[in-house]
Amino acid sequence: MPKYFTDEHEWIALKDDGAVMGITAYAAEKLGEVVYLELKEVGFRFKKGDVIGLIESVKVASDIYAPLDGEVVQANGAAVEKPALLNESPEGDAWLYKIKLFDVSALSDLMNQEAYQTFLDTGGGS
Amino acid sequence: MEILPESDFVSRHIGPTDQQIAEMLDALGVRSLEELIGRVLPLSIHTKQKLNLLVARSERKALSELRQMASCNQVMTSMIGMGYYGTETPAPILRHVFENPGWYTSYTPYQAEVSQGRLEALLNFQQVVMDMTGFNLANASLLDEATAAAEAMALAFRVCKSKARTLFVDSDTHPQTIAVLQTRAAAVSINVRVGDPFADLDPLSTFGVIVSYPASSGNVRDFSSLTSALKAAGVITIVATDLLALAILKPPAEWGADIAIGSAQRFGVPMGYGGPHAAFFATRDEFKRSVPGRIIGVTVDAHGHQALRMALQTREQHIRRDRATSNICTAQALLAMIAGFYAVFHGSNGIRKIAQRVHHLTEILSQGLGEIGLEVLTKQFFDTIVVHTPKQAAQISARARNAGINIRLFDPDRVGITLDELTEPSDIERLWSIFSAKSVKAPSISELAALVGGSYPVGIRRETPFLTHPVFSRFHSETNLVRYMRRLRTKDIALDRSMIPLGSCTMKLNAAAEMIPLSWSGFADLHPFAPLEQARGYQRLFAQLQAMLCEITGFDAVSLQPNAGSQGEFAGLLAIRAYHQSQGHGGRNICLIPASAHGTNPASATLAGYKIVAVNCDSSGNVDLADLRNKAEANRQTLGALMITYPSTHGVFEEGIKGICEIVHQHGGQVYIDGANLNALVGLAKIAELGGDVCHMNLHKTFCIPHGGGGPGVGPIAVRSHLAPFLPGHPVVVEVSGVPKMYPQGGAVSAAPWGSPLVLPIAWAYIAMMGADGLAKATKVAVLNANYIANRLKRHYPIVYSGPDGFVAHECIIDLRKIQETTGITVEDVAKRLIDFGFHAPTMSWPVSGTLMIEPTESEDKDELDRFCNALVAIRSEIAAVERGDIAAADCVLRHAPHSLQDLSGAWRRKYSFEQAFFPLEEIRVDKFWPPVARIDNVAGDRQLQCACPPMEYYSTAAE
Repeated sequence: MPKYFTDEHEWIALKDDGAVMGITAYAAEKLGEVVYLELKEVGFRFKKGDVIGLIESVKVASDIYAPLDGEVVQANGAAVEKPALLNESPEGDAWLYKIKLFDVSALSDLMNQEAYQTFLDTGGGS
Repeated sequence: MEILPESDFVSRHIGPTDQQIAEMLDALGVRSLEELIGRVLPLSIHTKQKLNLLVARSERKALSELRQMASCNQVMTSMIGMGYYGTETPAPILRHVFENPGWYTSYTPYQAEVSQGRLEALLNFQQVVMDMTGFNLANASLLDEATAAAEAMALAFRVCKSKARTLFVDSDTHPQTIAVLQTRAAAVSINVRVGDPFADLDPLSTFGVIVSYPASSGNVRDFSSLTSALKAAGVITIVATDLLALAILKPPAEWGADIAIGSAQRFGVPMGYGGPHAAFFATRDEFKRSVPGRIIGVTVDAHGHQALRMALQTREQHIRRDRATSNICTAQALLAMIAGFYAVFHGSNGIRKIAQRVHHLTEILSQGLGEIGLEVLTKQFFDTIVVHTPKQAAQISARARNAGINIRLFDPDRVGITLDELTEPSDIERLWSIFSAKSVKAPSISELAALVGGSYPVGIRRETPFLTHPVFSRFHSETNLVRYMRRLRTKDIALDRSMIPLGSCTMKLNAAAEMIPLSWSGFADLHPFAPLEQARGYQRLFAQLQAMLCEITGFDAVSLQPNAGSQGEFAGLLAIRAYHQSQGHGGRNICLIPASAHGTNPASATLAGYKIVAVNCDSSGNVDLADLRNKAEANRQTLGALMITYPSTHGVFEEGIKGICEIVHQHGGQVYIDGANLNALVGLAKIAELGGDVCHMNLHKTFCIPHGGGGPGVGPIAVRSHLAPFLPGHPVVVEVSGVPKMYPQGGAVSAAPWGSPLVLPIAWAYIAMMGADGLAKATKVAVLNANYIANRLKRHYPIVYSGPDGFVAHECIIDLRKIQETTGITVEDVAKRLIDFGFHAPTMSWPVSGTLMIEPTESEDKDELDRFCNALVAIRSEIAAVERGDIAAADCVLRHAPHSLQDLSGAWRRKYSFEQAFFPLEEIRVDKFWPPVARIDNVAGDRQLQCACPPMEYYSTAAE
């Protein structure tokens, strides 16, 4: 299951029943210990770049941006209940949303794992 | 031989002696202060002439002038009400808190480990507010009741699901509150509809409703069925209320309100002609992420012991910038703490008795007025009634004035009377005689007292207990109270203990002579809406202070109304918008803000309805001129303003400032200069001459008003003459400009016409006692001190951001990023380790992450600067041990700092000696500061917010 990445440090992956997205391990480490997570409700429709949530650590409040156009199918209640999960397993258990993508082919506009790594290595993360 | 006593205040305010100044100049390789300034301050910005101020007054002379002003203020019995009441500051609180530098010279408790005392005092305040209003969340104060109402409006707008853009305001609300709501709402395109909530309110057309309980006119109405209808429609109900009344009235949370706001002034804080006082803000836990201002929360320290800290700071503007919940930085900490102590002093029974007595006297007054043939229009009241006096109102209020009482004049046919804690039965008799014709027999107080006294109906009667926490019952004897206050005070580092080198905060001396007038009745006991002829002393003070500030900044007019720096920014930006509108350029709504700006700038600009366009900065933190030009050009039709700080937030005098202002003016914009760093300019350069159109001054930084542990702040704005007509006005006191027949058109930004007058004598006294030469010398020494520190530390830490000649302005930034990268030692580790040396940390990670910004001010002498530098040098060698691999970062003395006495219980297991932990330098043995707690766990406190007083065991362990 290939993952795609945005320059806002989010990942998105296709599964049988739709797409899943979250924040990258790099982003989670940069944020530090996450204390609060706020997500949109099921049915919320968004366009690429819209703010679709909020992550707070003790020192930073960071918006979550929509990687592509779509609609919220499920929000990860477990991560909202226990924000520390985002530090433990950002690219696994602490996924943020299951979403319906309006245009799956738009995924190809995003970075693949290799490109994202290069992006980080060349200072894209700072 | 001089025959007049010479003023020596300048040499008492400025720390270093001439000998020390010479030594420091020598260390810098500069011959004189003048040469230093010549090399630091760009030639193009030097002002040509020295300030035109009166000769420096001695402390005695300044106090005598102020005493004369105070004596020109006429202190009357105030029965005006409208949010300001007579109250008695209990003497132990006056002496041990209000007049004690251990409380008033401390800073906002960001460094929680050295702030446990005031954090506890603020937590008590939150508990008082929660208990009285019935809500389970309260913040640690806001600026005043009117701005608290505006903050509540903003919260309601944010959390409400409705798409409506209208706020409904109960017409029986204090007029200053309505006015500030209108100002704040208009700026962000919210409509305000004022009316009778029982007749004019359509829930579907509004997102929020503000009701007053009790009403401005005194009426106490039952809103419970209204709030359930509003709740069903998804509308947020905000209630403006009164803490004392809530001792006997049903708390708003119990009848369905969502937010309660109001003023805690009558809990022991003098009226002070309008301020400063603490406003309160309480709501339900579910809105905690949207609450404005600071919230004190309970957490644990590294040993697992309970400790306090400011919680949920990510809501604040220094992190969230234009998306912050509010632009407020300062609160009214000192006044909130006093209100909290007032409740500790009186306890639940005491507060209830005061409330019952005030209410009982009001009933007697009302009944008696009925007996002498007058119609009292208010049927259900707490402390305020309206009397029907057809065509007689003016005459009666004049008669009251002659008898020494101010009452409220509603209109030609109605007057209002408000009683308070200070009202005595004889005052009631005086009132009756004022209202009655001579032939009528006077009522008898004792007879009426037996007659009245029915309780409120169930719907509005308080049934639930309040102030049940032991802190409100353990300290009623003065012996216990004084010891409690001292115990809290000694937990904190304030300026009475050591230097507080916070960059951008200007923690200079708050001289006792400047503070003394605050306790005088002639300044303390005036109601803000008292007739102007009773406040001649204040009017003189305002006029003189305004003239001084105009002279210092080079501007033409000053408004004293903004009661915090953030308020000044807001008022200044509104003046610019109104000016553009008057020129037919209403569309000029772009605000350029450099990336290096303090977060309050974008937060204020958003609040004032601007769209923000960020301007890039170069690697030295200076504005990128090419980018500025491009963005000004791209927005030339819509450019409204540029906000810029000078010297820059990086502590550098930007060479290009005049060019920057010119570019903005060429493209139709106005320049707002943030005066946060004015302490580097006073007497040497004038902001108006740099090209600014408006600036705010932080009187609590540059002009000696103490920080009070996080407020009061005062942020007047100075403007060029073309902006003067758009300065803040006031709905009750239209003569607020001080200039005859000049009524400013700007909306009110604060509740009181002149903001916080009680603390203005401090700024006046400072300027009067320093004089032109003293002020200029203070600026020069502030620059010298910063450069001396930079010079001493540069061999140990990289100094970032200096001017072309290698000098800094009045603050310096040391860079720890490299250290962090190679050793893992963080800025926080260094900051906390400084506590073991007895110091409050400099500003952490601002304006640049991974750095410390140090501002020594002119008040610290060379010995204190050396003590501070010695500490940082010693810390550097502790870091070196980690660099060498002698000890792991996780085991080192920095990571476990600060070291509290708890560290000594049990066997010593650290990988360094306890000598190193507690006495790293020999000089510390002389006056060791013992941190009351170890490193505080921020994460635990934010994951599980608790903002009420913890159980009593905490107090007993903390007391040991």
